[in-house]
Amino acid sequence: MRSGTHFAPAALALAALAFAAEPSALAADTPNPPADAKAFRDFFTQKFPKLKLEDFVNGPYSMNEDMHRQWEEKEQFPPYEFSVDMGKEMFSKPFKNGKSYADCFPNQGIGIRQNYPYFDEKEGKVVTLELALNRCREANGEPPISYVKDEMAALTAYMAFTSRGKPFDIKIPNDPRALEAYQSGKRYFYTRRGQLNFSCATCHVQSPGERIRAEVLAPALGILNAMPIYRSEWSGMGTISRRFTTCNSQIRGVPLDPQADEYRDLEYYLSYVSNGLPISGPGARP
Amino acid sequence: MSMIRKSGNRFSEKIMLKNKRSMTRASTLSLALALLIAGPPSVLAAGSEADFKAAYAAAEAANKEAGALRNQWTVTAAALADAKKAADKGDFDRAIASSKEAEALAKASIFQATSEKEAWKALEIR
Repeated sequence: MRSGTHFAPAALALAALAFAAEPSALAADTPNPPADAKAFRDFFTQKFPKLKLEDFVNGPYSMNEDMHRQWEEKEQFPPYEFSVDMGKEMFSKPFKNGKSYADCFPNQGIGIRQNYPYFDEKEGKVVTLELALNRCREANGEPPISYVKDEMAALTAYMAFTSRGKPFDIKIPNDPRALEAYQSGKRYFYTRRGQLNFSCATCHVQSPGERIRAEVLAPALGILNAMPIYRSEWSGMGTISRRFTTCNSQIRGVPLDPQADEYRDLEYYLSYVSNGLPISGPGARP
Repeated sequence: MSMIRKSGNRFSEKIMLKNKRSMTRASTLSLALALLIAGPPSVLAAGSEADFKAAYAAAEAANKEAGALRNQWTVTAAALADAKKAADKGDFDRAIASSKEAEALAKASIFQATSEKEAWKALEIR
């Protein structure tokens, strides 16, 4: 009895300590996507107070007046137009089995770009538009296409074009795996990598509007809304997969495979924090 | 030795000892000379194929570890490729140097991946 009374306060104190320590440690690491998205948006709108929110989707063209004028002129004869046409044609052409892309997507694939990527609770992973397109092909007996350019860029260009002006509407379902995918994307975004020791945030959070050699860096807010893009530097179209892999190699990191889990999660995170901003793809970049 | 002691001829014992010392000295000297003669080629052959293989294997192992952390560097792959190319040409000095460079780069990428497990949080917009 006596020893019990002696132990009781010590055990109580230990338990209290354990309980007190746990929540604060968790609080620091528990993802809070709505709070993140608000902080993300506030950061950029405070950094560029003169810029309208919807203009962030125009990347470097929103950061520099001269470039903005060049872009307006470029938009009169957009360099991505051929890709939209090609995508439309591909989209309407049936597969060998008679079905088409439209059969794989809600609303026949029209005006749905803003809902991608989404978290697939069956698979327990993020599904991007590029991945869904290749899965659609494979389900219909067609070989997958390259994730980085040409046909994939054309298909996503056309789908983005049908969603222009619609705000990103990425959802995180009440599923711990979805939250983990979001957190993994966030971790990837801020993690330094490559010999240059850069993270995505080094350029697109710390230095938007600044030059890196001849390029003006785009802000991370709304950075995927204009995808896919025609890049003069590439002399062609590029998808989100192309953008992620080339970013990695530019900082002297070995890129992961396109549509690796990390890239899917990164796209999920970046799209979520840009919720509410309009789809402007396909876009053109220097 | 015991026979000498028995005869009590200390002089001859001294001579024997002296001879033994000089023999030891001579053999040490010849060993050193032999080493000296054999030595230089082995020092110069720091660039042997076996040394290259060991250095390359160490670099490859470190790069594999970086791969498991999903954080390989392109420069590591380039240094490994350079090492192999030099070895194929028989230039083992260069092959070893490139392998060592690759190992150092791979180790740096491992360090980066390990420290970034927590460090990334410092960059986060809150």
